[in-house]
Amino acid sequence: MEAKTIQEALNQALREEMTRDKVVFVLGEDIGQFGGAYRVTEGLIEEFGEERVRDTPISETAIVGAAIGAAITGMRPVAEIQFNDFLTCAMDQIVNQAAKMRLMSGGEIKVPLVIRSPVGATGRAAQHSQSLEAWFMHVPGLKVVLPSTPYDAKGLLKTAIRDDNPVMFFEHKLLYGGRSPGGKAKTAVDEMAISMTPAPEEDYTIPFGAADIKREGQDVTVIATLLMVHKAMRAAVKLEKEGISAEIIDPRTLVPLDKETILNSAQKTGRVVIVSEDCKRGGVGSEIAAIISEEAIDYLDAPIKRVATLNIPVPFAPKLEGHIIPNEDKIIEAIREVLS
Amino acid sequence: MPSHDGLPEKNKLIQMYQKMYEIRRFEDKLYQLFLTETMPGTMHQYNGQEAIAVGVCENLRKGDYLLSTHRGHGHYIAKGGSLNKIMAEMFAKRTGCCKGMGGSMHFIDVSVGILGATAIVGSGIPIATGAALSSKLRGTGQVTACFFGDGASNTGAFHEGINLAAVWKLPVIFVCENNFYGFSTPFRKTTLVENIADRASSYGIPGIVVDGNDVLAIYEVAKRAVHRAKKNEGPTLIECKTYRHRGHSRFEPAAYRPKEEVEEWRGKDPISRFKTKLVKMKILSEEEIENIHRKVEAVIDDSVEFAKESSDPEIEDMLRCVFAESEEA
Repeated sequence: MEAKTIQEALNQALREEMTRDKVVFVLGEDIGQFGGAYRVTEGLIEEFGEERVRDTPISETAIVGAAIGAAITGMRPVAEIQFNDFLTCAMDQIVNQAAKMRLMSGGEIKVPLVIRSPVGATGRAAQHSQSLEAWFMHVPGLKVVLPSTPYDAKGLLKTAIRDDNPVMFFEHKLLYGGRSPGGKAKTAVDEMAISMTPAPEEDYTIPFGAADIKREGQDVTVIATLLMVHKAMRAAVKLEKEGISAEIIDPRTLVPLDKETILNSAQKTGRVVIVSEDCKRGGVGSEIAAIISEEAIDYLDAPIKRVATLNIPVPFAPKLEGHIIPNEDKIIEAIREVLS
Repeated sequence: MPSHDGLPEKNKLIQMYQKMYEIRRFEDKLYQLFLTETMPGTMHQYNGQEAIAVGVCENLRKGDYLLSTHRGHGHYIAKGGSLNKIMAEMFAKRTGCCKGMGGSMHFIDVSVGILGATAIVGSGIPIATGAALSSKLRGTGQVTACFFGDGASNTGAFHEGINLAAVWKLPVIFVCENNFYGFSTPFRKTTLVENIADRASSYGIPGIVVDGNDVLAIYEVAKRAVHRAKKNEGPTLIECKTYRHRGHSRFEPAAYRPKEEVEEWRGKDPISRFKTKLVKMKILSEEEIENIHRKVEAVIDDSVEFAKESSDPEIEDMLRCVFAESEEA
């Protein structure tokens, strides 16, 4: 059966890879008996057993550290960190160990490790709402992946598991589409239905460093990630009615980054808007904008515009959260601005 | 060859002495080199702690794993790592154990089970837990030994890593080298409990205190801990009370340590003690000991020659070492 939701797609990818290779195993908080906070690991413990589907204590340093130790000795662990905000608890292991062990050892070892973690603001206040991809984009030795559709999620997770390097695999809470305690996931996905390409029930991989043109257009290049891909799609549909043709590019991986697709599009349209849910200051848009400026400035007809979350810790009140996170209106406004 | 009163057999005892002496003279040679040559980087010397690395590693097979630290030259030599490779690494040469890209604090030799050395205090502990998890999942019977100092015992990584190894009953031994100082800070100023090993009970595992300057005592304690690990009964925390002869790093003089304390501990030199014992037990004669010393000096001198004649790493070497290319598409 094809996977219509990202939750199903990721679950399928894990199942297929764990069947394909006995050294693949998963660990994390509440992933075994409970099936994962966002249900991504549902059913795995029944199929593969407790040895390969391990519930851990609340010990992010040990979860990541143990995954590293296993990875450098022949295993392929997929560690889940329940909210990407908790990656902060494991930063030494991720940044000083996993990312650097290969270089420090002169290539003696490799670290085939995947760390999966959800990002995004969902009304759970500041410590459960961040999008920290940019931090990991900044650390040499890490790959960074962020799929926005079930099709992308399955293919990219398979590639991540087969990759011999540490991969930070970011998922968006509002894109899972599965049953979630608060019921929010399904609602968001219903709205996004037009762009949620399902994943076929077969073995396929998507290479890293290959952006996906989610929508072709002529007038403006919109580079977007995760949930923002879908908000940008809806904005594009609205703008089409005014005769504005927006091209939407989903990088799918930040490291390695598909510069070619991005630069070709910038050259074609001359106008760029970058939409991401992380904070604007030092966010992923900063790096992408700098690359375009460095390599395609002559093609630009307007300054590059970034649409990102305001530099404020995410507040609880829905009205305030709504004010700081990018939405369709802000995307439309930015597109109009670069076209004016 | 039968053992003397439950001690390891003669050849093993001789090997242990030789290894301890090798570690000491390697460190002494580095000290000399740093004084007389332009050596890049720094070093954190193991002088005084040799009994621990050797006493533990004599219980490990080649395929057993070891996690080391910034003060790890002794672990590397005790586990069977190549002197040529680490001397070359100190000189930042391409023939070094890390191809010149790691340096003193990150020695590695996977062929003898040394998975690496970390300079972030305590961070090797969860990684050792992972290596032990790996050998358990693969069913290989390999054991992992993780070394760290007294300073590490107050890190979160210590707590999380040991707890996880305990609850999952993993085949790992945690060896704490308590030399009473975290750089310049005396242990008693950081911790109320006297014995780090007492913390083992909070994880539900055995904690054992041992004289860190008695190689045979450490050998016995480590033997039991390795045996426990192999029987899938879980980890052990071993605390070795010891002392570093030198300062924290490079030429740091450790003026913060009272002279009487330093002298007292130097009087308990693990190598002199062991030598005296071996001579008394007639395992080795003075002449045989001199032969061992000469042999070791020669091997170390050879390693310096090897290092000096080796070339520097290339830029391309470095570029290839950020990411591993996957074997499949």
